[in-house]
Amino acid sequence: MLSFIVRRFAATLVVLLVASFIVYQLTAISGDPLAEIRASRDPNTQDRLRYLTGMLDLDVPPFLRYFYWLGGAAGCLVGRCDLGVSIAKGESLVTDALAGAIASTLQLIILATVLSILVGVAVGMTTALRQYSGYDYSVTFFAFVFYSLPIFWVAVLLKEYGAIRFNRFLADPTFGPWALTLIPLLLALIITGIAGGRLKTRVRVFLMSLVLSATLLVSLNVTGWLTSPSIGVVGVVLLTALIAGVVLLLSTGFGQRRAVYVVGSMAVATGAMWLPGQYLFYYLQGPLGIVAMISIMAAIGVGLALTFGGDARVQIAKIAGFVGGLGGLVLVIDEAMQYWSTYLDLIPLKTGFVSTIGAVTPTIGREENMWLSLLDSYAHLILPTAALMIVSVAGYTRYARASLLEVLNQDYIRTARAKGLNERTVIVRHAFRNAMIPIATIIAFDISGLIGGAIITERVFAWDGMGALFSKGLNAVDVNLVMGFFLVTGLLAVIGNLVADLLYTALDPRIRVN
Amino acid sequence: MAKKKRNENAQLNSEISIEQRETEGLSLGTIVRRRFLAHRAAIASLIALAVITLLAFTSVGIVIGGNGSLITDPNTGRLAVDGFRVPGWWTYNWYENYDILNPGGTPTMTLWPFSPGEHPFGQDTLGKDIFARVMRGTQQSLTVIFLVGLISTVLGVVIGSVAGFFRGWLDSLLMRFTDTIIIIPTLVLGAVLGRTFGGNAWSLGILLGLIAWTGLARLVRAEFLALREREFVDAARVAGASNFRIIFRHILPNSIGVIVVNATLLMSAAILIETSLSFLGFGITSPDISLGQIISEYNEAFKTRPWLFWYPGLFIVVIALAINFVGDGLRDAFDPRQRRLPRTDGAIQDLKRLIGKRRAGK
Repeated sequence: MLSFIVRRFAATLVVLLVASFIVYQLTAISGDPLAEIRASRDPNTQDRLRYLTGMLDLDVPPFLRYFYWLGGAAGCLVGRCDLGVSIAKGESLVTDALAGAIASTLQLIILATVLSILVGVAVGMTTALRQYSGYDYSVTFFAFVFYSLPIFWVAVLLKEYGAIRFNRFLADPTFGPWALTLIPLLLALIITGIAGGRLKTRVRVFLMSLVLSATLLVSLNVTGWLTSPSIGVVGVVLLTALIAGVVLLLSTGFGQRRAVYVVGSMAVATGAMWLPGQYLFYYLQGPLGIVAMISIMAAIGVGLALTFGGDARVQIAKIAGFVGGLGGLVLVIDEAMQYWSTYLDLIPLKTGFVSTIGAVTPTIGREENMWLSLLDSYAHLILPTAALMIVSVAGYTRYARASLLEVLNQDYIRTARAKGLNERTVIVRHAFRNAMIPIATIIAFDISGLIGGAIITERVFAWDGMGALFSKGLNAVDVNLVMGFFLVTGLLAVIGNLVADLLYTALDPRIRVN
Repeated sequence: MAKKKRNENAQLNSEISIEQRETEGLSLGTIVRRRFLAHRAAIASLIALAVITLLAFTSVGIVIGGNGSLITDPNTGRLAVDGFRVPGWWTYNWYENYDILNPGGTPTMTLWPFSPGEHPFGQDTLGKDIFARVMRGTQQSLTVIFLVGLISTVLGVVIGSVAGFFRGWLDSLLMRFTDTIIIIPTLVLGAVLGRTFGGNAWSLGILLGLIAWTGLARLVRAEFLALREREFVDAARVAGASNFRIIFRHILPNSIGVIVVNATLLMSAAILIETSLSFLGFGITSPDISLGQIISEYNEAFKTRPWLFWYPGLFIVVIALAINFVGDGLRDAFDPRQRRLPRTDGAIQDLKRLIGKRRAGK
C-alpha cells in the first residue's frame, strides 16, 4: 500500500512539475510586466526599470527563470518557501498574498461543496428511487437547466433577486395572498412527488402538506417571526426531534423501541440544555464555547445510549451521539440568532441582511464579538455559495441518480429483497453505501476544480480570494503570483487524485491497489 | 435441478429475444437513429439549435477574413469592420450607434400582438442595437463551439486510440501528457493562452480545442483497451489487416457512441468556458463581441437596463441547454438503459463516463 502511494505521488509530482513549467512559460510570454512603467513619464523610470528587472530576474530568459522559481518553491519542502515577489500586489511576498487568499477561498469552497453534496446526493437519490415519475422528470429537467447556466449571469441575477429584493422583503416580511396560495401549493406538489405511492396516499400527503405549509406561512405572518427570527426552547426541542426522526428513519427505523426512546429523549435533553447553554456561551467565549457545546451534547447522547441502550447499545450510541452533536449545533445557531437585531443595526446604510459584496463588513470588528462576526460571515457567504452550488448541485444530482440506479439493478439488491429485508434496509444499507463509492471519488476530483470555478464567482462578488489573485496576476503579467495560484490548485489536484484513488480502493474491496 | 436449469435458460432466451425482436435485422445506425428520433427533447433541441444558427448567421451577416478591427469607411464615412462583409437581412449592425428610439433604449418588442419593432432587444446608452449585438455574439459563440467540438474530438480520438491500441511506452507517454494538461484547470489554461493568442472567435476556438480534448482521450483509450482484446480484432489481424485498418475500420466504429456523446458534452462545456473567459476579459475581446463580453460590459446596468443583460444570457442558456439535451438523446440512443444482461463492471463504466463529462466541463 505504502509503495503504491509513494509511486503514485511521485508520478503525479512529475506531472505537476511539467504542468508548472508550461504555465510559467505561457504566462511569461503573455505580455510585458513592465509595460506600465515603461510608458510612464516619471523621471526615475530608468532606475525603477533596472530595479524591477533585477528583482524579478527579467533579464534571464523565461526558460531559465523557471528554474530560479522552482528553486525557491522547492524550499517549501524544508519549510523555507520563497515564491518570489508579486508586482501586482505592491511588491509584497507571494506567500503572504497566498496565505490570506487561500483562507477566504477555502471558506467559500468548503461550505459550497459540503452543501452541494448533501443536497445533490439527497435529491439525486430520491429521483432514482422514484425513477420516471413526474418528480424525476422535473428534477432532471432543472438539473439540465442549472448545468447550462453561466455562473456569472446567475450571480448577477442572485444579487438582484436573492439579495436586494429579498432584503426589501425582509424589511417588511408579510406574505401576500398570492404567496400564501402559491408557496404551499408548490411545496405540497414537491412533497407529494417525493413521497410517491398510490393515488390514495398521494392525495393524503398532498392535503396534509398543503395544510401544514399554509399554517406555517400564516403563523409566520401573524407572529412576525421573520422580523426577529429566533429559535427559542420550543424551537430547539422541535428541531432536534425532527433531526432525530430523520436520522432514525435512515439508520435503524422506528421498529427498534430502545433506539427510538433513547434518540427521542435527545430532543428533550437538548431543550434542557438550553438554559445552561446560555451560561456556557457566556463564560466560554470564542470558538471554544461552540466546540464545548457540541461535544457535551454528543457525550450526553452516547452516555444515555450506553446506559439505557440494552443489547444494541454501541449501535444506538453512535446514532444518539450524532443526533446529540447536531442538537448542540442547533443550540449554537440559536445563540447566534439572538444577535440578529444587534447585527442588523450595525450594517452600514441598513442595506439588509444578505450582503452582495466582499467577505466581511469592515466596520464590524472581527474580534469583538464572535457571534456577530459569525452572522457577518454567514450574511456574506449566502450569495457566492448559492452561485457555486447551483452548478455543483446539478452535477451531483445527475451522478447520484445514475449511480443509485446502477446499483439498484444489481443482483445483490434483488437478493437482499428476496431474503425479506425491508425496503429501508435494502436502500440504506445495501444500495446507498455502494452507490456512494463512485460519488466519493468524484468529490475528491471536484474540490481542486472548484478553485478554478471560483475565479468567476469571486470576480462577481468582489471576494478577495484565490480567483481574484489569479485574475490580478494574469492582468499584470505577474508570473510569480500566477504560479503561486497554480501551485495551490495543482497541489490540491494531486492530493485530490490520490485521495480519489485511495478512497476507491478503501471503499470497494474488489479493486486492488496494484 | 435439471428442470430449474432449463427454466432459467428459457427465461434468458426470452429476455434476449425481446431485445432482439425490437432491433431485428437493423443496422446499428438505424437503431440509433430511430431511438434518437423518439427522444422528443433532443429533437426539439436540435431544431432550436438550427433555428438559432440560421438566425444568428443570416440576420446581421458575416465578416470573412480581415482582423476584425473597426475602421472608417472612406466612401461613406461610416464605421465598418475590416474584412469582407456579407450583409444580412437585419437593418442594423453591431458596431454603429443609432438614435435612441424608446426613452432609455427600452426594447420595442411586444409579445401581444407580436411585433418586433425597430430594436426588439432594446438599445444601450450609446444607441447600439442589442439584437444585432446578441446575434453577432451568438455567431462567435457558435463558431467557438464548432471549432472546439471539431478539434478536440479529432485530437482526443487520435491520442486516445493510439494510446489504447499500442499500449506500452507510447501509452504512458501520451497519458502522462494528458495528465499534465488535465491538472491545469481549463479556465486557467484558457485564460493564460487567451490573453496571449485570443481576441477573436477563431483563435479562441482553436485554442480551447487544443486544450479540451483530455477527457475524451481518456475515455477513448479505455474503450480501445477493452475492444482490442475482443475476437473480431484478432480475426481482423489474422486476416492480415494493418494496424491502421484495425484502428479505423474495426475498433473506432465500435466506440462511436462514447465519442459522439462526449463530443456533444464538450461542445456544451465550450460555450460556457468561452463566455466565462470573455466575461473575465481573457477571451474574445473588444472590438469583437461575444455573449460573455456583452454581459461583462453591461454588468452594472442590470438595475437600470435589464434587457442589456437578459438577452445575451438567455441565448447562452438556450444554446447550452439544447446541446446538453441533444447529448442526452444521443446517450440514450447509443446506450439505452433498457433490460439487459447485467454488466459486472457497470459502476466503473459509469464512473468513467461521469468523470469524463465532469472533466470536459471544467
